[in-house]
Amino acid sequence: MEHYHMNLTLKVWRQKNSKEQGKLETYQVKDISSEMSFLEMFDVLNEQLIVEGKEPIAFDHDCREGICGMCSMYINGQAHGPWQQNTTCQLHMRAFKDGDTITVEPWRSKAFPVLKDLVVNRSAFDRIIQAGGYISVNTGNAVDANAIPIDKKDADDAFMAAACIGCGACVATCKNGSAMLFVGAKVSQLALLPQGGPERESRVLNMVAQMDKEGFGNCTNTYACEAECPKGISVSNIARLNSEYLKAGLTTETK
Amino acid sequence: MAFTGLFLILFLIVHASINACIFLNDEGKTFNEMARFMSHNWIMRFLEVGLFAGLITHIIQGLMLWSQNKNARPVQYAYSQPNKNSKWYSRSMALLGTLLLLFLIMHLSHFYVGTKVALYAKGDAPHNLFEEMKEVFSVNWVVALYVAGVIALFWHLYHGFQSAFQSLGINHKKYTPMLKTIGLGYAIIICLLFALMPISMFLGCIK
Repeated sequence: MEHYHMNLTLKVWRQKNSKEQGKLETYQVKDISSEMSFLEMFDVLNEQLIVEGKEPIAFDHDCREGICGMCSMYINGQAHGPWQQNTTCQLHMRAFKDGDTITVEPWRSKAFPVLKDLVVNRSAFDRIIQAGGYISVNTGNAVDANAIPIDKKDADDAFMAAACIGCGACVATCKNGSAMLFVGAKVSQLALLPQGGPERESRVLNMVAQMDKEGFGNCTNTYACEAECPKGISVSNIARLNSEYLKAGLTTETK
Repeated sequence: MAFTGLFLILFLIVHASINACIFLNDEGKTFNEMARFMSHNWIMRFLEVGLFAGLITHIIQGLMLWSQNKNARPVQYAYSQPNKNSKWYSRSMALLGTLLLLFLIMHLSHFYVGTKVALYAKGDAPHNLFEEMKEVFSVNWVVALYVAGVIALFWHLYHGFQSAFQSLGINHKKYTPMLKTIGLGYAIIICLLFALMPISMFLGCIK
């Protein structure tokens, strides 16, 4: 692939803290290599801002290899930018060309309040997991890994659901700010496996209750989440969440 | 939303089938008999209450969904490209539904009110629904409004049919593509039938 350099105009959301109103600020960056990652381009911009004596832009990032789910930018109208099944940190500048204007905003959701600039608080996801996204295991000897037979297809589907890195792109993309793809993946990965069996019903009821409490919207099946998910989580997990929820709601005695 | 939607989908089959009797081109004889049967039968009266309950529930659920979903994103994106990840009609169900509600108000005032007035206010006066239809569909802008309503209905049904199954937890490698095709076929047949009714009457194909 041909290596080239580009000058870009960036419109970036700047917001001091969760209380104050933010706005889009325009910045120019020069001589950006097409082989840089998007976040490296932001590092260049931040160094430039520091030299100019300005406040650098706050943004979330951690592993920078597409597996941790920390980076979260809404780039040019798409969560994680224009590439499919890709996180912001794995987006490279060869996706853009010289003279482009790029708009960068934080995830927009009532449940994900902006903390500063492009950083949002995603602890709503943690609280949903705490509500039931786990299995209770008694202490004692470790059970042999292969002691419980699991159908290959179920194991594969559970694994596909478990690929969710909890980045929140589904919420950011959904026109309703719904977290159904995230919750669907987290419910599915356990509902498909025998280990998830004992707490199957309380899990889905509690996690959905927590999801609603956090202020996420409802799913209207536009499937935008699946299209933008960096891990390609399927909306079939949302259907599984719906059926798990219906079954649990109809059969459990607890309110 | 899914339950009431599927219920209304079933209703449309009955509605379109009975109305399709005008295509027999027998000066509305069969159609008027069917219309009389539907309005002079307590079982049908009873089902009508259920139909309105289903419709109103569907509207209320829709409004609740719309307001909850609007609240879930208080600050909008300055720049968003929804066309890159979803279809316009899947995102426009509330708008299409509102158009359909406006259409329904016109539609009921055209045909439903007249039938009820003849039946209850005028002591079961003879009422030729077929002639009333011909009269309503002799005005070009009314025909245009009906066709526009049917187009809105098509997109609403096309998304709604498959969406209802997903909401009820049915997503299957084998059956979901089948359901989507059935939904498309259903939407095309129902909407084509409904659109042809005002058009063929306006053009004088049905006497």
